[in-house]
Amino acid sequence: MSQDTIERRPAPALAREPAFVPGPVGTHITIRGLTKYFAGTPLYENFDLNLPKARIVSIFGPNGCGKSTLINMIAGLVPIDAGQILFDGKSLRETTIGYVFQNYRDALFPWMRTVDNIGYPLQLAGKSPAEVARRVEELIASFEVKFDLRRYPYELSGGQQQTASIMRALAPAPEVLFLDEPFSALDFEMTLFIREKLQDVFMRTGTTMILVSHDLEEAVYLADQVLLLTRRPTRIAEIVPFELARPRTTATLSEPAFIKTKARTLEIFQREVRK
Amino acid sequence: MTSASLWRRPDWGRLLPALGPLLLFAGWDVVVRLHWVSPVLLPSPEATLVALVTGMAGGALAADFFHTVLRTLEAFAIAAVAGVPLGILLGSNERTYRSVEFLIDFFRSTPSSALIPLFLLIFGVTDVNKVAIAAFAAVLLILFNSAYGVMNARKQRVMAAKVMGASKWRIFRDVLLWESLPSTFVGLRTGVSMALVIVVVAEMFIGSENGLGHRIIDAQQVLNVRSMYAAILAAGTLGYLLNVLFLLIEKSVVHWSGR
Repeated sequence: MSQDTIERRPAPALAREPAFVPGPVGTHITIRGLTKYFAGTPLYENFDLNLPKARIVSIFGPNGCGKSTLINMIAGLVPIDAGQILFDGKSLRETTIGYVFQNYRDALFPWMRTVDNIGYPLQLAGKSPAEVARRVEELIASFEVKFDLRRYPYELSGGQQQTASIMRALAPAPEVLFLDEPFSALDFEMTLFIREKLQDVFMRTGTTMILVSHDLEEAVYLADQVLLLTRRPTRIAEIVPFELARPRTTATLSEPAFIKTKARTLEIFQREVRK
Repeated sequence: MTSASLWRRPDWGRLLPALGPLLLFAGWDVVVRLHWVSPVLLPSPEATLVALVTGMAGGALAADFFHTVLRTLEAFAIAAVAGVPLGILLGSNERTYRSVEFLIDFFRSTPSSALIPLFLLIFGVTDVNKVAIAAFAAVLLILFNSAYGVMNARKQRVMAAKVMGASKWRIFRDVLLWESLPSTFVGLRTGVSMALVIVVVAEMFIGSENGLGHRIIDAQQVLNVRSMYAAILAAGTLGYLLNVLFLLIEKSVVHWSGR
């Protein structure tokens, strides 16, 4: 296991950075001067971004532009070469985050029962067994879980495992929930179900969500903003707002506003791919 | 319908594993009956099985069997107690592992029986010697497998723990240790088999008064072939049972393996 890929590096000394420019009102995550090189070539160079609070932002872009790398750097899973990432002015260390991986199989711990997997972040935070149990009960109620959480993860279907991973990520009531292509290993039925659950959680808690998606429809459907990235070295191509009221339903998919936004994002995406 | 299940044809497929041994004994019987091999070198299967059963049922064979089991388990216990923690420790610090990797691989590849004379110099012709050389043979296998188990831990599980705010120690305790278990069990299983092999060899060539190895070589010296074959079968059975036992333990501890 290579240690440096998961090391959380301290933010570089402020004194050496240019003057900090705060984001507009309602900004949650500020990224300033983010630089990341891969094998000598820049993936991100002096990259600035504001991510709004209590909104869902979908990240979409050409293959290899570093969508997942971006959220992994924000979540502290990939070290950055330079720059600063703050959550409401706080460092990552002072912030509770949740992360849902694409590959639920390798994200849950198969030696723990599913219920213990969900409670694990709470246990890490030093909560008492009673507190853990109470919170897990809450999550079970809000997700209307019908399957037996006393089973081991490998005894559950893919959709059930991903539901459990999302419950685990939400257990400590995170400020930010990162979702790295959470639907791409699921069948369509399960994708619809989990999409509704995420929207449900979002409407109730207003948790900031950052979603990486490779499916444009999905990216637009859940988002308040679609962040479109360019080819590497990656820049912001455009941020497309999508302000349709929630709850959005399957009917949303045929509404003019949705179709227009989807067409607009597709247009930008194709422009970036052809460049 | 119970009558349907009563009339169902018996499931002959389940008897397939018995076919091989039956054929072996039938072939053996033919060879003896037709005098293709002198009875001085090969007793009949019935005589061998009778020697095995009477020997194991309170005869001298049982005592030798017991001594071999005891030595094997002693050697294995020493190897496991030393090898697993050391392997996990080395595995979680890859740089340290790389620095001793050559030594481990070299001695792992050296036939341990080649070291018997060296161990004789150190420990003399003692019982400790037999256990020590077998433990040495097993410990490297166990250590190496435990270390690789930690090093090959699924990165994403480590990342998942990291992103939930787990400290280095909690990642080690809650993820790496568990991730290493499937591989550790492979090491324990091959380790116990290796310990048995070396114990039997040691019993043959390091002056011994008991044990299956001693019994086999003694019977050979006086051409008591029936006793020799019975002891060989007993040693084979022991190796087989140890393997089955460890597979069963492995399956219940590492219940998630391969799923």
